[in-house]
Amino acid sequence: MKSYSDVFSALRREKRAALIPFFVIGDPDFDNSLALVKATIDAGADILELGIPFSDPIADGPTIQKADIRAVRSGMNVRRAMEFIRQVKQYRDIPIGLLMYYNLIGHYGTEAFFRDAHAAGVNSVLVADMMIDDAGEVLGPIRAAGLDSVFMVTPNTSPERMRRIAAKTTGFIYTVSVLGVTGSRDTLSDSVQDLVRRLKSLTTVPICVGFGISKPEHARAVADAGADGAIIGSRIVGMIEAHLDDPARAIAEVSAFVRQVKAALSTSG
Amino acid sequence: MKHRGRYGDYGGYYVPEVLIPVLEELEEAFDRFRDDPAFVAELADLSAHYAGRPTPLYHAKRFSEHVGFQVYLKREDLLHGGAHKVNNTLGQGLLAKHMGKSKLIAETGAGQHGLATAMIGALLGMETKIFMGVTDVARQSVNVHKMKLCGAEVIPVEGGTGTLKDAINDALRYWTAHVTDTFYLFGTAAGPHPYPMIVRHFQSCISREARQQFLEQVGRLPDMVVACVGGGSNAIGAFAHFIDDPDVKLIGVEAGGQGVATGKHAASIVAGTPGVLHGARSYLLQDEEGQVLDTESISAGLDYPGVGPEHCYLSDIGRAQYVAAEDADVLETFGLLTRIEGILPALESTHALAYVAGLKGTLAPETVVMVNLSGRGDKDVGIVEAHRPLE
Repeated sequence: MKSYSDVFSALRREKRAALIPFFVIGDPDFDNSLALVKATIDAGADILELGIPFSDPIADGPTIQKADIRAVRSGMNVRRAMEFIRQVKQYRDIPIGLLMYYNLIGHYGTEAFFRDAHAAGVNSVLVADMMIDDAGEVLGPIRAAGLDSVFMVTPNTSPERMRRIAAKTTGFIYTVSVLGVTGSRDTLSDSVQDLVRRLKSLTTVPICVGFGISKPEHARAVADAGADGAIIGSRIVGMIEAHLDDPARAIAEVSAFVRQVKAALSTSG
Repeated sequence: MKHRGRYGDYGGYYVPEVLIPVLEELEEAFDRFRDDPAFVAELADLSAHYAGRPTPLYHAKRFSEHVGFQVYLKREDLLHGGAHKVNNTLGQGLLAKHMGKSKLIAETGAGQHGLATAMIGALLGMETKIFMGVTDVARQSVNVHKMKLCGAEVIPVEGGTGTLKDAINDALRYWTAHVTDTFYLFGTAAGPHPYPMIVRHFQSCISREARQQFLEQVGRLPDMVVACVGGGSNAIGAFAHFIDDPDVKLIGVEAGGQGVATGKHAASIVAGTPGVLHGARSYLLQDEEGQVLDTESISAGLDYPGVGPEHCYLSDIGRAQYVAAEDADVLETFGLLTRIEGILPALESTHALAYVAGLKGTLAPETVVMVNLSGRGDKDVGIVEAHRPLE
């Protein structure tokens, strides 16, 4: 199974940042969600960030919250999400990070969840509502299952805390570009380049930037600041929402957009 | 028992990383000001002259005669704003001011906490936004109007069932993006640490006063203290100073809606299982996957799938007992108290009264029961009329 370090080492040789699209598994339904993910892999995704839908996603803005509701209504649950991941991995060996809310993990059984996720082909699990100081609840089982750990750093995280987060992170640091929840934004936050540079001076763990990366030039800007990857969620999920009556069109638009981002990340800077 | 906001296995801080520095700042400020003489004096002055403390402990003789034992009402309904909520909004509002925050946000269900926050926003000259589910905006329109009159902006929240859970989701999201200048004035003894501790602190004046009043007026402590529980702020305030008195039974009454067996209720401790919502581990109404369920109650203020962590702990260790009262019994009791005592209780508080009314004939006549009458029912007259029209 391809690891994050395989991907990040190869990309560093090519001097390129990873393109990481985010999807809610099962949005708008199992089959169309799978077709979207496969099309995105074909369009050049280097890593996938996938969310198992939760009823009350407090770190997410309205776009992803609505996707969570669509996916839950379509019958998505943790077991079917594991099957979804197996099918993605059968299509292509691409690293997969899961973005989760703790209640689903706790309910499934913490150890069983991480074990089953690893068996399905997941590389890492980020628990959006679990902070580093309480991470003991999940870190042991994450490591025991053979998964990488991913934690968030935000613009208001102190340097001392950044170091502690980096020390517990083996996959990549999910760097939140803005104070706020997920969502498309017209402009990239001015502070994100500075945040990436500060993190880079503290750790060698790969840095991927998310929240508000909505345009090819945003991805390019965080790559130029030294980020190892750009995570794009709400912009893509918004395209799915805009074409719920025409899934083929959603797939075409998402693919075209991902190709544009890939092109922006691939030109030499 | 307590460690980093833990009550046994409950509580904690299950929030996105962005909120951690803000919650730590809040905890530090609370530790600094809670016993600061100037802060305490300012809060005491406003509690007395603005809010109207102490509230009476009233021996409801006709209601007592009806049930066959002695019922005392702690009259939080007489406070400014019509509910216990002002105890907490004054405390947290002053804390926000001392922390140098210029804006307040709050969630609200029935609108009582929203109104109490809007009042304090006006009093302290702070810009105030209230998040309220669309269903609650429709069923509590009088409180919405009052909040607007106090200068607050009321933000209707869609999503979910448009009730308290959804309002908290959106208030948390807004706070995440505005943490620098905005104070989240959380209304109930739930949510992430340190909120359960802070809300308990500011609401515990209820039982501090009541304990003293019982000793003076009755010559002894009550045998039982009964309070309604949604998130659990009035109940933890009513229980706090009695927890160390093992002979005082503590009863929390949750919203039984159309009956716990129907699934249409909001009785988290009675019918839920442990889970994590809105930053804390508590008993939670959720499906077999861990998706949070929609709740149903005639009273907007109890319409919440989680509950404060300390209540979960008190239930587990057997110190407090939690029961549910159904909508139909609540409506019946609302009519009863109004007719025989001339007091309109809030539908939330009526849950506690309904449980006590249900004990009719089962307790010795000298038994002394305190009911925390946490709010007044003016806001609920329309709902009651819709269910039980006057002839």
